This record gives sequence, C-alpha cells and structure tokens, in this order.
Amino acid sequence: MKRFIGFIKKEFYHIFRDKRSLFILFGMPIAQIMLFGFAITNEINNVDIAILNNSKDATTEEIINKLNSSSYFSIKEFIQNENEIEAIFKKGHVKAVLNFEADFSKKLSTKNNANVQIITDATDPNTANTISNYVSAILQNYTQTINKNVTITYQIIPKTRMVYNQELKSVFMFVPGVMTIILMLVSAMMTSISITREKELGTMEILLVSPLKPFQVIVGKVVPYIFLSIVNAIIIIILSIFVFNMPVQGSLFLLGIESILFIITSLSLGILISTVSVTQQTAMMISLMGLMLPVILLSGFIFPITSMPLPLQIISNIIPAKWFIIIVKGIMLKGVGFTFIWKETLILVGMTLFFIVLSTKKYKIRLE
Amino acid sequence: MSISVQNISKSFKNKTALSDISFEVKEGELFGLIGPDGAGKTTLFRILTTLLIPNKGEATIANFDIIKDYKSIRNNVGYMPGRFSLYQDLTVEENLEFFATIFGTTIEENYDLIKDIYVQIEPFKKRRAGKLSGGMKQKLALSCALIHKPKVLFLDEPTTGVDPVSRKEFWEMLKRLQTKGITILVSTPYMDEAALCDRIALIQDGKILEIDTPREIVKHYPKTIYNVKAANMYLLIESLNIYKHKYSVYPFGEFVHYTDSRTNFNPEDLKLYLKTKNLKNISIEITQATIEDTFMELAK
Repeated sequence: MKRFIGFIKKEFYHIFRDKRSLFILFGMPIAQIMLFGFAITNEINNVDIAILNNSKDATTEEIINKLNSSSYFSIKEFIQNENEIEAIFKKGHVKAVLNFEADFSKKLSTKNNANVQIITDATDPNTANTISNYVSAILQNYTQTINKNVTITYQIIPKTRMVYNQELKSVFMFVPGVMTIILMLVSAMMTSISITREKELGTMEILLVSPLKPFQVIVGKVVPYIFLSIVNAIIIIILSIFVFNMPVQGSLFLLGIESILFIITSLSLGILISTVSVTQQTAMMISLMGLMLPVILLSGFIFPITSMPLPLQIISNIIPAKWFIIIVKGIMLKGVGFTFIWKETLILVGMTLFFIVLSTKKYKIRLE
Repeated sequence: MSISVQNISKSFKNKTALSDISFEVKEGELFGLIGPDGAGKTTLFRILTTLLIPNKGEATIANFDIIKDYKSIRNNVGYMPGRFSLYQDLTVEENLEFFATIFGTTIEENYDLIKDIYVQIEPFKKRRAGKLSGGMKQKLALSCALIHKPKVLFLDEPTTGVDPVSRKEFWEMLKRLQTKGITILVSTPYMDEAALCDRIALIQDGKILEIDTPREIVKHYPKTIYNVKAANMYLLIESLNIYKHKYSVYPFGEFVHYTDSRTNFNPEDLKLYLKTKNLKNISIEITQATIEDTFMELAK
C-alpha cells in the first residue's frame, strides 16, 4: 500500500509540473463550455430582415410592427420591387425577406385570405428553418387576434409545448455533450499519454524490473486522473448551473455517481489505448481521432441519432458517450431517477469491465 | 553462482541478436561484458533482468529462473538501463525516494550503501533530474538502482557519455560496492574499463569470443606487439599498411601497434623500410598486448 501511495504521489508531481497538460486539464473544460454556451447557438436574436410591402395598408403595417417589436427580428430595409430581393440576399445583410402581396387588407376582408411570402437565406439551413418558424408563429398569432370575434365552426388549433426545454435553449443541449467530450478526452487521453510517456522515456523498463505489480502501475496511473476528472465534472456542472441557468431536475448525487462511472469507463479506454501504442504521439492521435470524432458525430451530441442511416445508428451503440449523454440529459433535464436509466448505466458498466479485462490481457509484463 | 547463463539465443524477426551465450558469474564478482555497439549487450541485459524471453537457453539470477521466478528476480536485482531512465521532472531527492518506496524500503534504511555516491549529488538534491550533468545523472541512477540493496546489480553501459573524471570515480564506486558482497554485471564499449573488472567476456555480433580475467586475456594474444612511433603519424600508418609483411596495424594513442606476419621478425628491417619512406625519429619497441589488441585479434 505504501508503494502504491508513493506511486500516486509521483504521478501528481508529473501532472502539476507539466504546465501544458495542466492547462489542457483545466483550461479546456472552461473554454469549451463557454464557447459552446455563448458562441455556438441555434437560437435567433435580432435577426435582420427586409420587407417588400406591395400593399402598404393598415394590416401590413400592423404585422410589420409586431415583427419589429419582437426581440427576434429587426427590420433593416424596405425594398420596392421583387428584383431587389436577390440583390439584398447577395449582399448578405438580411437573413429573410417578407413579401406582402398587393391589396393585402382588401383581400383579407373580402376573400378572407391574403398571401405573404417568407423568403429565407438557407445557406445556413438551421437558422433559415428557425426564422421561418418564428415568422409563421407571429403571423398565426396575429390571425388569431383578428379572428377573436368571429366564431369559426371547425378549427384544429395545435398547441405546441416544448417540454424539458421550453425556450429551446441550445445550451441545454450542449452542456451534456461538452461534459461528455471533456470527461472522455481528459480521462482517456491523459492516462494513455502518461502511460506511454513512461514507455517512451524508458522508465517503464525500470518499473517492470521492480516489485510493483502491473495492476498497481495501472491503477496508480489512473487514480490521480479520477480525482482530476471529478474536479472537472464539478466545474462544468457549476458553470452550467450558475452561468447558463441549466436546471438539474434530478438528483445531483445520482449525476455525480454516473459521472464517476463514465470517468472510469473513459480511463479504462485510455489504458487500452496505451497498451496498443508505443509513443505518446500515437496515443494522442488515437485518443483524438478515435474518441473525439465519434463522440462529436455519433453520440447524438450534435446530430440526432434517429435521423442517421441505419449502419451509423448501429455503430453509435458501441460509443460509450452516447449512453452517458442519455443519462445526463435524463437526470439534468427530465429529472428521472435511477429506475429510468439503469439500462444505460448497465451498458456503461459492461463496457468498462470489457475494457479493463482486455487491457489487463494486453498489458505486457515484459518488453515484448 | 550468482548469475548462470546457459546457451542463451535470441533473435528479433530474422536478425540474430545473441547466439549460444553461456557464462557464469560468482557471488561478489565484478564481471564485465566488453564489446562494441550492437554486439548484443543490451539484449542480454534485458533477458537477464526478465524483460525479454530468450528463444533458447536457460539462465538463473541468484538461483531464480529468469522465466519461472521473474517476480523474485525483480525483487532482488538492481537495473540501470543504458539510457538515462529516471523521471526528469522529479528532483534528485524525489527520484530516490520514489524508487525506495516502490521497493518497499526507505532512503535511511540503506543509506550506508549509497552514501559514498549520494553525498556527491546531495548538494543538488532539490534540482530536477533532467537538469543534472551526465556524470551526476549516472550517480543518481546508480543510487536509485542500489537503494533496495540488490543482490545482483546490472549496469548497461553506465559510463557512456560521461567525462573521464566521473568515469574513474564511477568505477571506484563499483569496486567499493563489490566489497559489500554485491554481484555486478557491467557492460562497456571502453576497453580501458575492462581492465578494472575481475573477469570479462568479450562479445561481438551476439557471440562471446573469450571469457577470462583481463590479465589472462591479454596473454592469449598470439603475437609480439611493437610500439612504433615516428614524426609523421599519418605517413607512418600509411607506410605500415602497405608493408608486405605486416599482420596488423592499429593506431594506439601516440603509438601504432604493429605485428608482423613473419616468425623471425627483426625490428631493424622495419626501421630500414620506414626510412626509405622518409619517416624521421623512428622508434620500435616491444610492448604488452592490451585488451583492445586482443579484442581486435579475436574479432578478425
């Protein structure tokens, strides 16, 4: 036991004396969460639009005012004819153009319907989609107000409610994802690098020719990173609660336990990587390419898994991050208890055991 | 026997690193493996320290089999690899403390064993190991390899890249350690260090050429060696090399070691020949064969 503690002490010296890895350890989580929280967003805010008003009457003015007074849009320009639409999009100043047909009010009162065209700049499809939804919503709202006194015999009114994220804040989606990426990277990459560093510097040779048992070396390598990753997880959760007002509907304790489980999964993956790579560089490449990309692309963090082609959907099942994201979203947003996430938890436990058994089998007690 | 090696062979892919190596080292003996780079010394060390498994042959260290009892061997030997393999970002003291701890001992417990060596680097104990000079690094590495009082000490080229003064000190330390009953197997490419060992094995291309005490090994040299000297060294070597009766010509410090192929060689003949080559201040004297001469002869 004393040997083991001596080993862990040594690991902490390594970590705290290597300014670069220390920066990665603690700088990256904060930078990433801030970046995803503030800079990368799907919400729209003060989007510039242009109006082509062919009728210029009371109704169109009222609609335009409504748009302008909402915080989503600001009207940048009024254009006079349809030829200008293309030009204004090419300049890139506005994201959408509203085209009211001529005699808008008159048609509305006589024929009971009038047309307005929404043209959006779909170079950014997500934003275009959101803009058109928002404009439709505002128009629909207006229609309802003018129909207040009229009873329509048959009408189906869909009332949409977005549960668990009423305001569709994208930070709610990013926080679980970023937390997963960071825990995965820090745990897997840092352990695999620190084990391969011993190989590269030749110190592994001395460690092998010592009474330290292989599992002591490995566990000794892993323990410091468990602590550091827990600190990271706490930083991320605190940031998301206090900076981004992210709710934690479920039990914070359960979230903590599940995070530790995922940290251990990632660490065991890191050990596995270190058993197959000889240099720090390969360990880093495998961790970055082999872990970061699948985590971002296939875990459901950014792209919904259900809309992927079937082969990718199947592959996504072997990515631990997918299951952890389900767990985190469940606990933080839906407030579910263990009974709802036991299956995902069990999968993570299974994966961890698999990685540990495989790496103990692959760990070499000699040099070749 | 402290170390016993029998018919060890090892090859990597299709390259043979060691072939049929056998030797024995007595307890408390300082045994040297002498040979050039690539002779297979490091491979042999790795096999004996249980890091590699030989393709053929058997070996025991302190009566433990290198394959079956590898765990016991790892408890009882000290190993200093050829490359500096300590933690560069840890201080001198932290390194020593770490190795003491993983071997389940403390610095205090075995301080007397490393005292002579450690006092020399103690003034720098707060310095990071990576910032030490070559000689000090080796002293620290030796201290770390000794801290658990091993029965057998393996030193793979401990003096490569170390200045002559530190090299001399290092060997004095090994002599002192020997008096404490520690068996030492040391490898070196420097022939002058070979003379300091109790017994040496000359090794080349994975084969042992000869095993004996340094004094006996030079006696095996079959010919009489002459120290030849002249004012123009370059011309001297060139002239000797084209001399039709020469057997071997090796520059050796300020002299050239020369042997003749004839049995009835008269140095005066050579002197006359050299004079015809316009060489001045020629002197030719009989000298003792060195280990280097022997090695060159055996390696032919």
